[in-house]
Order: sequence, then structure tokens, then C-alpha cells
Amino acid sequence: MRINTLVLLLALAILHLLVIFAGFIAPYGPSVQNRELPYAPPTRVHFVDTSGFHLRPFVYSQTLTLDSYKEDRTREYPLHLFARGETYTIVGIFRSNIHLFQVAEPPRIFLFGADGYGRDEFSRLLYGGQISLAAGILATLLSLAAGTIIGTISGYYGKWVDESLMGSAELFLSLPWFYFLIAVRAFLPLHLSPVETFLLLICVIGLIGWARPARLVRGVVLSARSRNFVSAARGFGASDLYLLRRHIFPETFGVLLTQAALLVPQYVAAEATLSFFGLGVSEPEPSWGNMLSTLQQYNVLVSYAWLLTPAAALVITSVIYWLLADALHSRLKSHSI
Amino acid sequence: MKYLLRRLLRAALLLIGVSALCFLFTEMAPGSFFDEMRLNPQISPETVTALRARYGLDQPLIVRYSRWMASVVRGDFGYSIAYNSPVAPLLWTRAKNTLLLTGTATFLVWLIAVPLAAWTAASHGRWLDKAAAVVSSVLISVPEIVIAIALLALAVRTRLVPVGGMRSLGFQEFSTWGQIQDIAQRMVLPTAVLVLSSIAVVERHVRASVLEVLQMPYIQAARGLGISRTRLLFRYALPVAANPAISLFGFSLATLLSGSLLVEVVTGWPGLGPLILDATLSRDLLLVIGGVLLSALFMVAGNFIADVLLLAFDPRIRTGESHAN
Repeated sequence: MRINTLVLLLALAILHLLVIFAGFIAPYGPSVQNRELPYAPPTRVHFVDTSGFHLRPFVYSQTLTLDSYKEDRTREYPLHLFARGETYTIVGIFRSNIHLFQVAEPPRIFLFGADGYGRDEFSRLLYGGQISLAAGILATLLSLAAGTIIGTISGYYGKWVDESLMGSAELFLSLPWFYFLIAVRAFLPLHLSPVETFLLLICVIGLIGWARPARLVRGVVLSARSRNFVSAARGFGASDLYLLRRHIFPETFGVLLTQAALLVPQYVAAEATLSFFGLGVSEPEPSWGNMLSTLQQYNVLVSYAWLLTPAAALVITSVIYWLLADALHSRLKSHSI
Repeated sequence: MKYLLRRLLRAALLLIGVSALCFLFTEMAPGSFFDEMRLNPQISPETVTALRARYGLDQPLIVRYSRWMASVVRGDFGYSIAYNSPVAPLLWTRAKNTLLLTGTATFLVWLIAVPLAAWTAASHGRWLDKAAAVVSSVLISVPEIVIAIALLALAVRTRLVPVGGMRSLGFQEFSTWGQIQDIAQRMVLPTAVLVLSSIAVVERHVRASVLEVLQMPYIQAARGLGISRTRLLFRYALPVAANPAISLFGFSLATLLSGSLLVEVVTGWPGLGPLILDATLSRDLLLVIGGVLLSALFMVAGNFIADVLLLAFDPRIRTGESHAN
């Protein structure tokens, strides 16, 4: 059990580090186009040529001939580790131009192929993860914050406050939430700068989902409120705020953590779906959702399998988070009994 | 009777809440169809103002809401500006397709999930149970959009089932049986996505509640009396486990409806989903509100059906012995 949770946390850390250090790991920027290389297939990384095995991997340059790509075997281009390339920033602070690997031009290295504009799918996947994961995590934080505040108020004060708040929670829970999500998005301006859209998405996704955490927190607060130590503290003259902060809020921590692990993948998927529909982050900024939206054309969907990598990234993220939620949940259960 | 009345009242309150919420958003919304129109140099500002007055958009919020509510009750959802036609018939033709899709999917999900759940619960801890648990956790965790895209890719590549739309070319010339076959074939893909994406949740819940019932003393007693395993499971355990499962029914309908929006857009099924998405992109707000309200209506109706089913299944509610929640 313990080892499982550790492995999951490690996987989660790797996933997020990959995405955070996208600038370093990705060989190119997210919007660098190579119009002469549309839908280039994944570049093959070679170790062996006619003269034998090389320790340093190399690639051949690809050229488009009629309708298929050919490798030009006349010249080898070795991979350079920690080479200088395009300038990037990490978390908006650290500027650098050293990349994990680079290939001297003219050939490009597309580990996961290229899209219709000849943009490197691998680089875009990493940069897109920044937007998708950040949207999921921030929206989750927002949901949990709203849910905690409302749930605490509802559970602690009870009576009509509780009834009206939980009534509206039921309203939000019983809505087909995706319709609602789209509707809310419909009432907000369509054409915004990428940053504005991003913040807007987080707010919309996060605020619509307040109801479930609110209900859970309310339940915990309700049971914590009637505990003896809380009554004792009240008897000693503790204020409401002190009671909530010192005795009641810590009780909700486990529930909130499990909820977070459940909500993040849901919200990442929600962001992806909205961007897929063209209601989210728009080109040229990559997000896992808008990278998938080219697949709405059947010929692209069938011909270029490597464009499905964002879907794979979504699956991996979701599976890790879900397993983590499962592990947290069973841990919480065994602790509380 | 009192139980049903209370549930009906709750349903009505829910609907009023949804519609009020939808309408409130319109007020907060910056920009509208006419703002986009105003950017068009070929349309004079006077025309835009006149159009606004004509559609009653210059009235205060509460007036518009009460007017709209009054007309909604009469079955009139307002006027779609982008389609230049009343909203209600637009919605209705699409809603029928969505209902067909979600209805079939719901039916299939429950048809498969309930026996499967009972079976896995009965073989608790054995390989079948474990295999089902693995499959269901995979299905739960994979996002719906990925399932939709993957199945679409599969369908387009293998050409096993036709993709896109609801009817083939020359649909009118088909015989009635041919028409049914055609629609059924085109339903395979969206239905499969919906079923796959929502079956796991249902299976898990039903399994949990059956498992709980199976550990009750009366089941042990029945087993001791030599009642066969199948009869024990389906006649003795399932009806008792039905209560939480039926409560889930309403909820699963919500996820199915939400899911169908996405699935319809991805697979090109002409339901409410594509209509609402287009309306969103062209800022045709009344159409969006109508669509959301209609989907909420389906939801509430589904929940109400679940309540009625509960009444039929659970004698405790009929006698008013326990408080239904």
C-alpha cells in the first residue's frame, strides 16, 4: 500500500517536472513552424549506420517527396546534449537557452512527429501540458476553496443557512454539468487574449464544481462540531473562528486531499474538451485539448496516428491521479476506523 | 402520495433555480449577438438599436425573465437570432435525437451493468471480480473525450460502422425497415462511447450495494436453507440492493446527458450538443438557455422517474416508515 502510494507520487512528480521544465526538455518552442514539413512522421533516432554502431545517436534529414517523407541517408546529424538553442523561460523566471538535446539544422528532430504546420508535437505536448495541468490544478484549488468555505458555513451554522446552501448545492449537482459549463462559457466573451481565456476557463470550471466538495466538507464539519473536544473548547470560551481554524478545519484535510486527486483529472479533461470545441485556449498556444481538435477532420484522424499523443497524455495523467485518489481514499478509511 | 407531491415540488424548484441561474448569467455577460453585429460596418447603429428594442433586449432583467418564464410555460422558448426561427422547434427536433441516444445508452448501461455487478459481487475476491475491478477503474479514469476520439479513429479506420450524422444519403427512399437499420447502424458509435464512459460508475455502485446486502444475516439464512445461488442473488439480494442503485439512476442520467453533448459533437450526431455548441460560438443566447433548460428538464424528469421507481421498489417509502433521502 505504502509503496504503491510512493510510486504514484513519484510518477506524478515526474509528470509535473517534465511539464514544468518543458522549455529545457523540448527541442523547439511551441509555435515554431516548419511549413515545408507538414505532418512529418516521428523522426527515427539511429545508432547504427553502414560503418557500425555509434554511441552518439544521430538522425537523418527528412524531405517531403510527393506524398511521403524520405530519409536522406547521405549525411548524419548527431544529437547534441545540453546544446544551445532557442531562448525559453521556466516558470516565467529563469531564462536560458540550453536544451536537453538539439540537432544542428537543417534537419529537425520530431520525436512524436509534427502537426499540419510542421510544429514539433513533442515540444507542443510538453508546453500544452503546462496549460492543461495548470488549468486543472488551479481550477481544483478554486473549487476546493469555494467548497470549503461554503461547506464549513453550512455545516457549522446549520438551520436555514445550511438548508439554502445545500439546496443550491443540489441544484448544481443535478445539472448536466457539461451543458452548464458550455452555457456559462457562452455568456462570456469569445475572443480574448490567451491569458484571459486561461483565467476565465479556470474560474468557470472551478466555480461550477463547488457543490461536491461543499457537501463533503459540510458532512465532516457537522460530525466534528458535535465532538466532545469541540464542545469542551467552546466551554472554555473559544470563539467560532478559533474553533473552526483549530479544531474543525484540520478534520476536513483528508477529505479535501482525496477530492483534489479526483477533481484534477476531471478538470484537466474539462479544459481539454472545451479547448477541443474551440471554446478554450486558442492557437497558437498549445493545450492538450486544442492539439486534439485537428483530429475532427477524419483524414487527419486516420492518417497521422502520432497526433493522438495528447490523448495518451490525458490518459496517463488521469490514471495516475485516479489511482492516487483510490490509495488516499482507502488510507483515509483505514485511519478513521 | 405525499411523497410524490414533495418530489414534484422539489423538481419544480430545481427547474426554477436552473432557469433563474441561466438568466442571471445573461446579465453578467459582456458582449452579445448585437455587439458582434455592431462591429459590422454594413449595419448602421440605428438598425442595431431598433433590433434590440424589437427583441425586447432593452427591458430590465426581471421583466425579461418573467416574460420569458411565462412564455416557457406555454412551450415557447423565445426566438433564435442566428437561425431566425423560434427556439422551441429547433430544440425539439434535436432533443428527440439526443433522447434516442441517451435513452438507448441508459438502457444498455443498466442492462449490462446490473447483472455484471451482481455477478462480480457474488464472486467477491475471485479473479472475475478482480478483472472487472481493473477494467472498471481503467474505464472510470480514461476521459470521455479520449474514448470518443479513440473509438472514432477505430470506426473510421476499420469502416465497421458508418460515421457521422444520423441518416445516409437517400434516406427517404429506404423502406421503413431500411430506415431503422440505417439509424441503428449510425447509432452504434455514439452509443458505444456513451456506454463505455458511464458503465463503470454504475457497475461499481451496484456492486458495492449488492456486496453489502450479501453480507446480511437473512442471506446467510437463505443460503443455509439451500436456495440456489442464482435465485439467491437475483430474487433475494438484488431487490434489497435496488434502493441505492435507483437513486443512482437519476445521477447517471446527468452524466449521460453531459457526456452525450461531447459525443454528439465528436461523432456528428445531430442532437442538442452540436446545436448548443454552434449557438455558443455564434452567441445565440436564448438558444443556449433553451438547450440547457431542456437538458435540465430531462434531468429532473429522470430524477422524478427514479423517485417513482423507488416508491414501487421500496415498501419502506410506501408505508412512510423511513425518511427517503
